[in-house]
Amino acid sequence: MAVTTNTAIKTNSAINANKKRGLLHELVTNRILFLMLFPTIAFFLINSYTPMVGIYYAFVQFDFNSSLFNSPFVGLQNFEFLWKSGKLVQLTLNTLGYNAAFILLGNVLAIFLAILVSELQGKWFKKITQSVLFLPYFISFVILSVIVYNMFNYERGFLNTVLKGLGAQPVDIYSKPGAWIFLIIIFYLWKHLGYSMVIYLAAITGISDEYYEAAKIDGANIFQRIWNITIPMLKTTFVVLLLFALGSIMKGQFELFYQMIGNNGLLYDTTDILDTYVFRSLKVTFDVGLATAAGVYQSIFGFVLIMTVNWIIRKINSEYALF
Amino acid sequence: MKIKEEQSTLVFRYVAIVILILGSVACLFPFLLILSASLTNNDSIIRDGYHLIPKEFSWAGYRTVFRFPEQVMRAYGITVFSTVVGTLLGLFLMTMAGYVLQCKDFKYRNFFSFVIYFTTLFGGGLVPWYILMTKYLGLMDTYTVLIYPGLMTPFLIILMKNFIRSAVPDEMIESAKIDGANDFLIYYRIVLQLSMPGIATVGLFLALQYWNDWFTTSLFINDTKLFQLQFYLYNMINAADSISKLGAGSGVNVAGDIPTESTKMAMAIIVTGPILFLYPFVQRYFVKGLTIGAVKG
Repeated sequence: MAVTTNTAIKTNSAINANKKRGLLHELVTNRILFLMLFPTIAFFLINSYTPMVGIYYAFVQFDFNSSLFNSPFVGLQNFEFLWKSGKLVQLTLNTLGYNAAFILLGNVLAIFLAILVSELQGKWFKKITQSVLFLPYFISFVILSVIVYNMFNYERGFLNTVLKGLGAQPVDIYSKPGAWIFLIIIFYLWKHLGYSMVIYLAAITGISDEYYEAAKIDGANIFQRIWNITIPMLKTTFVVLLLFALGSIMKGQFELFYQMIGNNGLLYDTTDILDTYVFRSLKVTFDVGLATAAGVYQSIFGFVLIMTVNWIIRKINSEYALF
Repeated sequence: MKIKEEQSTLVFRYVAIVILILGSVACLFPFLLILSASLTNNDSIIRDGYHLIPKEFSWAGYRTVFRFPEQVMRAYGITVFSTVVGTLLGLFLMTMAGYVLQCKDFKYRNFFSFVIYFTTLFGGGLVPWYILMTKYLGLMDTYTVLIYPGLMTPFLIILMKNFIRSAVPDEMIESAKIDGANDFLIYYRIVLQLSMPGIATVGLFLALQYWNDWFTTSLFINDTKLFQLQFYLYNMINAADSISKLGAGSGVNVAGDIPTESTKMAMAIIVTGPILFLYPFVQRYFVKGLTIGAVKG
């Protein structure tokens, strides 16, 4: 009896020693793998994890000359200013609203276009259409701003040139905040539809021809085939892309908004999102405390949102969960 | 019965062709507007506005851009430099990371994958990062800042990992190990050779990101000598006096006779030119990348 306990203890301690040696042992045997991964991990530690310490900036009075932990602690004062600015609700709604529109319209229209392209016969027409629709994804947002300027400038813009040519009154779009809701969504779609369409097209190509052949023999017409085969088969891709996009629903397309609107205060009510607000507070109005507080609010709100959504999805169907 | 089915298919195809042609036109139209404006006489633009077809043809916009080529060429040089160096360095680091993270006998691969993935879920926000870069790392107005922040993204690392996993058979790595090759040798001799299409795709995503970057300059660069090409264009369009400063330093006063509008548009064409030119040759790699990325989610 005593002997068996003794050996049991011995084996236990041997296992413990092995466990303790685990990391060190790994470091030695796989040292080359660790070395190869090291720069990447260092990059994310410096670039992404160190700034998380800087969240503390939201709770101090910022002063460029003194270090972070020497700055006077002001508690929630920065958040109070942020709340009192009265813009927080509007900014949150804008950010969520635009992203929801981008995600929903972006995916639905991309599916629509992908189905149209996939049902065509001519190979070269297919290829050319796909290439042309994908093209706007490749240009920079600065060029997008040139396009917007060219089209909507009051004195010389193409839109007003056409209106004048037709004998109508020119419109000053830059003083109509409501119009920009549509313009921003349209230009988002213009730039991104080709990208998502390629993904859906790949998914459609992966559907076995047998389904379509069988449906044809059963006398299903093209609309029935699309409705009963293609669309159900795209469900997985749709859900995956949707959830992936939900992860960044509080961050949004900063470059698109900033290049289209810039610092045009007339349009902020309908077009300002958290990203642009933070950027402007940092680089234009130099209010570092406010900018940090808004950034922290954005990060935490976004994080809670993702965790909640992921938790709900895990309950419904764990296969689709992000992690 | 059969004829009826074919008819509905035909109708569908005609409608599809019409919709896709309209969509394609909508995608190309803005480029034509800019191209046309860049080739229009400036007075004509100011008088009649932008048209789809130049009312009075003129090369003056392009001539102005290249009348004092130092600034433009410098910005071009900066962007080409950061694109080439950033893409090569980023590819080197991300292919290594991708290889390690897909190695089955690397015990901590899931842990490190999560360390990388987590940065997409939560972060410190723009301001702490900005302060880190400027105050603690001292990267304001340096070449480093034009390259370093864009080197890696979680999305591209995951894409790379999936590419390597699908391109390199496990048995090949195993047999190389039995022959005594170490991991770096396996990576260098086998993995890199076999995953070239994947590397091309990730490299093109990276190059595109560097080429189109204006944000880095707007945050970290005050020195006009270090302006990226995209920011140079941005500045030209948004700062009213930047065009009249074109000839500054050359002793020539050109403020009066600069065709501002057509110059802006010519500049836009010059900045986008390389992308439009290379696009037909490279777009299939992007399609390939998206296809594999989509399969894996």
